[in-house]
Amino acid sequence: MWKRIEVPRPPDRSREATGAVPPGPPGVPSVPRVHAPETEAMGHMDKEAFNVGKSVVFKGELSGSEDLVVEGTVEGKVELREHVLTVGSHGKLKAEVFAKIVIVLGEVVGNITASEKVELRESGSVDGDVTAPRVGIAEGAHLRGSVDMQKKPAVAAAPAQAAKPDAKLAPLPAGAPVQGGPRVAGA
Amino acid sequence: MEPARFSLREPEGGFCLADSESVRGLRGWLSRLAPLRQTEEGRSDPGPPADGDRCPVVASKALPKFFSHLETRPAPVLLDLGCVVGPNITYFGDRLNCKVVVEDLFADLERHVRQGERDAFPAFLADRFRLEPESVDGVLVWDLYDFLDRPSARALAAVLVRLMRTDGALFGFFGTGGRSGLGCTKYIVIDDSHVRERARESTLERQGPLQNRDIIKMFDGLRVAEAFLLKTGRREMLFRKRSGGRPII
Repeated sequence: MWKRIEVPRPPDRSREATGAVPPGPPGVPSVPRVHAPETEAMGHMDKEAFNVGKSVVFKGELSGSEDLVVEGTVEGKVELREHVLTVGSHGKLKAEVFAKIVIVLGEVVGNITASEKVELRESGSVDGDVTAPRVGIAEGAHLRGSVDMQKKPAVAAAPAQAAKPDAKLAPLPAGAPVQGGPRVAGA
Repeated sequence: MEPARFSLREPEGGFCLADSESVRGLRGWLSRLAPLRQTEEGRSDPGPPADGDRCPVVASKALPKFFSHLETRPAPVLLDLGCVVGPNITYFGDRLNCKVVVEDLFADLERHVRQGERDAFPAFLADRFRLEPESVDGVLVWDLYDFLDRPSARALAAVLVRLMRTDGALFGFFGTGGRSGLGCTKYIVIDDSHVRERARESTLERQGPLQNRDIIKMFDGLRVAEAFLLKTGRREMLFRKRSGGRPII
């Protein structure tokens, strides 16, 4: 008479998070599934992304027309206007960053400007101002600075804004020492 | 497809009415019989948002006014003195078109306390912010003042008044002594009038509650626009900066 409604079960997330795989049939070796945030971040990039390795220290201006993964240390300026910059979990940037998409799993000291989005993953840390239309901040991420999501309707507000004193932050020089102690932890 | 919202109040058992017209009709009849039930904060209770998070959701009366103030400002600058919270940044940026400046003073205070330098905190606050004077439209202090000693509270108030634009708004919670113990709270904005409280690991301890007159005196240069004493034993206060407001030196 009463038909019981079957509620679809959500996928088992705990298994995904740990990378554990259910044991297969006997005799067949099970292969652990790799499912780290870092590998997800890599999904944004072309396979031909340039990689700055862990032991590399680069000082100066870095620009290019392909995606870049930084696992080493870069100081100065990074400019990838049409491409994705990923700061890997071992990466350290003391630089002004301009890119289409910026994904931070490591550490950035300096301002980030992205034309599309900035993703701050849980292991990521940014000490500087972030400017992008979309900003994602994961729980546990660190940020000290401002977030400006520069909405389009600002055009209409421009005259009114011009009339009042500009709300500027004093520019944060790349590589400047952190003023005010430890960076804040994200939600 | 997004499900239509037509339940009056949906208990976990799954009781709901068949369609929105029936609900409207029933709601109309019920509203004639008795006014809508009010929560302890004095507003109708839409129920906690069902997103699976078990942390308590509390209603706020002053927060909607704070947000509506920011909405009237072109490209407002919001100073958040709590820790960075992803959903809040999205809310402030997307919904209110704010530039959000996050300065986690809870972390700074905790560091000072841990290092035994609490006395140096007022001086530290004077140089803490990189913002220019009169550049901020809104300040969220959350419940930071519950953890500050008097000299630090006064020093912070002076700095904040200096940073705020004329008619800028400041929102904060002030305890009345009901809560004690270690640890502070992370506030996650759910909508205009609700915040979720999530415990944040901390060794900070609440100080003695501030009297209303002390708070008002401390924020010299601001006027109290709204103040609510909630049954939870917490005061919500919304300040606005008077033109030509000057902080206490």
